[in-house]
Formats: sequence, structure tokens, C-alpha cells
Amino acid sequence: MSNEVKDQVGHFGQFGGRFVPEALIGALNELEAAHNSAQADPVFLAELARLHRTYTGRPSIITEVPRFAEHAGRARIILKREDLNHTGSHKINNVLGQALLTKRMGKKRIIAETGAGQHGVAAATAAALMGLECVVYMGQEDTRRQSLNVARMKLLGAEVIPVNSGSMTLKDAINEAMRDWVTNVNDTHYLLGTVAGPHPFPTMVRDFHKIIGIEAREQVLDLTGKLPDAVLACIGGGSNAIGIFHAFIPDTDVRLIGFEAGGDGVETGRHAATITGGTPGVLHGTRTYVLQDGNGQTIESHSISAGLDYPGVGPEHAYLHDIGRAEYRAINDDAAMSAFALLCKTEGIIPAIESAHALAGAIIIGNELGPDVTLLLNLSGRGDKDVQTAADYFGIPL
Amino acid sequence: MSTPLDEVFIKVRAENRAALIAYIPAGFPSQDGCAKIIRALAKAGVDAIEIGFPYSDPVMDGPIIQAAAEISLKAGTGASDVFAALKVASDAGVAALIMTYWNPIERYGVENFAAAVAAHGGSGVITPDLPIEEAELWLSSTSRNAIHPIFVVAPSTSDARLAHVSSKTGGFVYAASVMGVTGVRSDISLDAHELVSRLRSVTSLPVCVGLGVSTREQAQSVSSYADGVIVGSAFIKLILNAHDEASAITAVSALAAELAEGVRALR
Repeated sequence: MSNEVKDQVGHFGQFGGRFVPEALIGALNELEAAHNSAQADPVFLAELARLHRTYTGRPSIITEVPRFAEHAGRARIILKREDLNHTGSHKINNVLGQALLTKRMGKKRIIAETGAGQHGVAAATAAALMGLECVVYMGQEDTRRQSLNVARMKLLGAEVIPVNSGSMTLKDAINEAMRDWVTNVNDTHYLLGTVAGPHPFPTMVRDFHKIIGIEAREQVLDLTGKLPDAVLACIGGGSNAIGIFHAFIPDTDVRLIGFEAGGDGVETGRHAATITGGTPGVLHGTRTYVLQDGNGQTIESHSISAGLDYPGVGPEHAYLHDIGRAEYRAINDDAAMSAFALLCKTEGIIPAIESAHALAGAIIIGNELGPDVTLLLNLSGRGDKDVQTAADYFGIPL
Repeated sequence: MSTPLDEVFIKVRAENRAALIAYIPAGFPSQDGCAKIIRALAKAGVDAIEIGFPYSDPVMDGPIIQAAAEISLKAGTGASDVFAALKVASDAGVAALIMTYWNPIERYGVENFAAAVAAHGGSGVITPDLPIEEAELWLSSTSRNAIHPIFVVAPSTSDARLAHVSSKTGGFVYAASVMGVTGVRSDISLDAHELVSRLRSVTSLPVCVGLGVSTREQAQSVSSYADGVIVGSAFIKLILNAHDEASAITAVSALAAELAEGVRALR
């Protein structure tokens, strides 16, 4: 199968599309045109590649983790090290691309939403690098939980606006960013941080992250002489997952497995496993799986990982799920934290708690499939930001 | 098709004035209070009432309507309450409309929603986050149930797109006066007048202006060029600030009466 399934107006099967006020249609059209022309412009692509080489630190390496794999059915496990990128996660791939597009469109101001602060920090970084004004919306509750990241964004020159409407978390930060964008659309680009939102965001953000899978596919072939049996990633909005999945979509023998945040367990209702436990609906401008009640009101999500704590998911994942090309499973908080601890102690790598959901998934899949398989796993971020949460969880006094 | 909404525009054209359209979220400030406010608005001279379907993620609303939606949702307002309020408006003798984000319609079932609107006396539904590209199912359901699909356009909408959106719209075209969210504004921008002029050259449908109108003077000024004036946040602010339901109703009635005079002032 081809790895481009989207139609002309941004639908992936029944998912995706655009559900936004008319005031944003012009800006979305402008953005789509800018993205399409940039993707066909060798100068733009060369500039982005230069930044990735000299600033992000690409290509990111792969690392085989045999001591960890002893606990995962002795499968061969290979990590794609997006945690080693500048700013500590895959998020930099997207913000550099969109910041370049912002300049290409002649806009001077970017706005961004953030939950844990990772995308906010990455956006503030790109804005500093390119001399753009940057405003980050962050739920008041999250600014309290992630005060260190608030300070990082401020050091980078961004203005952080606490959002105290609704549940005061990521989804409300997105609402507030969209309100800002409707009002200031002439000079402002909304630098959305994941593969959700109205068309062209799911496609555009994926295009900036697909380098992860393109590099990893070649690296694994070089190392092992064959394609992996499965590609694993954690999934909240789904940007790191689509980034590593995309290059493998035509390789139909390669299983693609996304691990959602199961929180306290999907059966408890306190989770963020949107595909596993949600229903099709429209949230933040796109049709996808949504955690919602019978009246179509969004239900608050729960996860120990702020980066996965979102009640929606990218529409391309919803589609890959429906056609059976990718599988999605839920990993609860405890399983993720136990995989987190295991990687620290067996391999000397402190992962982001988000990525620890994929590591927990690797333990399950490795034990299901046994020692003859190779699993490629996207280690989407590093755990420096999570030390406080992990210390609290494991009872380490600070 | 002819709905009570169409009759409103026939009537106001005959009276050489604009229609006054009020917005109130269902279940706000309470189920009972909402019904009382609807009746008070009708009595004070409002021509049509939009019943808002309170939604958890209202990206097009400013702080005032957000606060009202939150109060209503906390009290458990759902689709049945929205339809009940629609019926109250219709029974009160005004044209009854629903204004809602798209997801509650999709969740209820597109065809079922359109049928329920018709069954409760509704004339149409305003869907501010449903671009026409996504509206195919909705257009056939509204047509089958003889209610109007009312789309919103913005100052940034191109002329070609205005023509396209208007050609799919029924009842009236909702012209958002500014680039921004709902709220009370001290000035209604020149953008609104220009947008209405651009609409006149592509459609013969009535054009109503919303977003920001709160005073008699603003209502009078907008009614000099538009077929209807839509007021939401200004009413809701009064209700939020009132210390009890009775004084909220008094304040809302007084503002509605002033605005009704505004749209009746000589053009």
C-alpha cells in the first residue's frame, strides 16, 4: 500500500478534515499552500536539513538494548534515539519546520499550546533561533506541575499565558490558542504541536516528523540486514508514532503498534487511551477518536504522562486503526513506570514517561513473539523533565 | 420552505427595520431560569432566539459565553434540555433556532438532530465550526426536515467563497462582524459593514450581523445596513452579574427593549 492516504481536503477515510470557524479557512488554505510549495522547494528542504544536521543533531542514532530485552522475551530491541535531539525529544523536528514556514509566510509571531511543556519549550527554542515573537498557552494546572518548563520557556524569551478555563490543562490551552489565532490570524502562525487539528496540520506535522522513520528504516536495515518485525511507539496526539510509522506503512509485513496511555486502567474511565476507549467525534478541528460523553462533551483524560494526557488523537492514526494497518493498545501508569525504571537500571538511559509506555509495550510484544523477532522502538524523549514525577512515584526523597 | 424565521424577515422588511435576534445557552442560568428569560426576551420585542448548545470546548467563544456554558454543563444540560428550550422559544411566538458546535450534532446523529429541531418548532441551526466542505450529510438532513442550515462567514472570507457558502445557506447568512471570538465590544468594526456589502452582491438572502453588539446605538447602526442584529454576550453578562434570577430577568428585559427600539429606529 502507499503511505499517502489523505484526500484533497485532508480526510483519512472518515477521519480528519476541517471543523473550524470560517475566519480560519483562509489561513489554513495559506498554510497548506505554503507547506506544499515548501515541500517541493529544494532551498527550503536544504535549509531544514542543514538545521537538523547542525542544530537538532540529526540523524539521531539507534541503540540496541540487550539487557533490557532480557525482560522482553529476549527479542532483539532497537531504540531510535529521538531523546538525544536538542531540547530532548522529537518535538524539535516539527517546530523547526513550522518556524521556517512561518518566516516563509511573512508572519512574525507564533503561538503554541503545551501540556507538560515539551512542545512549548521546543516552540520557544525555534522562535529564539529565528527571531520570532512567541506566546505559549499552558493550562494553569500544568504551569504549577511543570514550573521548571515554564522557567525554561521564559529564559528562551517566550511569554507563557496560564489558561484557567475548563479543566485548565492541555485541551483548554489548545482552545485558548485557537481563540488567539482566530483573533490575530493576519500576523500569527499557530504552531500546533501534534498531528491533530484541522487540515493541513495532521499532514504537515507528520511530514516534519517522518524523517524519524526514514532514518530508522535505513539504520535497522544496515544493522540487521532486514526490516524489523514490529515498530513500536507511544501515542498521545500521535506525532512521534506517525513519524516512525510512516516510512513503514508500505512494508505490510512490519507490524505497527501504538501504545496509548491507560492511566489507572481503561476500565476505570481514568485514562487517555482514545482509540482503545473512545468513539469517533470531532475535537479541535478534526474528526477522530475522542473521549466524549453521550452529548458529545469532551471527557477529561488522565495519565501519569502529561505528554499523553489528551482526549483526542491524530486522524491518521484513527484511520490506520480502522483499516487494520496499525494496532493500538493501552498501557497503564504502573506498567509504564516499571518499564521506565527497567530501562534506567539495565541500560543507563532515563526515558521520558511518554516513551516508557512504548517500552512497556515492548516487554509485552517481546514476550508474545519471542527471541527471533526484532522490535524497533521510538524513544521519543528523555526523562530529565520527569525526575520529579518519578521520584514522587518511587518514593525517592528530594 | 417557509419557517417562522422566514416570516420574521418578511415582517421586518415590511416594517423597514432589522430583526433582533438574541442568544441564550440552554440550561443557563438554570433550566427554569432559561425558560423564563426566553419568554421575557420574546415579550420585550425580540424577533428570534438562538438556543445555544453548551459545549465543553467552545473555541469560538470569549470568557462570557464560556462562563455561561460551564455553569450550564455543570448542571448537566444535554440535548433534551436544548430541544426543550427550543420549544419554549417557539411557543413564545418567536422564531426558534439552535446554535451549536458540530460535535454534539454528530454525537446525537445528524438526521435525528435535524428531525428533533423540526419536531420542537425550530426554524434552523447555526453551525459556526462546520465549513460547507464538511456539510454534505447535514445539508441533506436539514433539507429533508425542512429546517434552515445557517452558516457563518467572516471578514476574511473571500468573495468567491461568500457566494459558495451563501448558496448552501438557508434563512439568513450569519456575518461575524470581526475576526475574533464572541464578546461585548465598544466598537462594531467597519469590517462588518464591508462584509455585508460584499454579501449583498452575491446573495439575496437576509444578512444578520453578530459578535460584539451590546447597546441600542450599536443595534441601530448595524440595522441601517443589515437585516438582523444578533446579541448574545451582552445578555449573558447581565445574567452573570445579577444577584438573583428575578433581577436578571428585569435587566435582560430592559436591554432587549432598548435593542428592540434600536432596530426600529428610522433607517
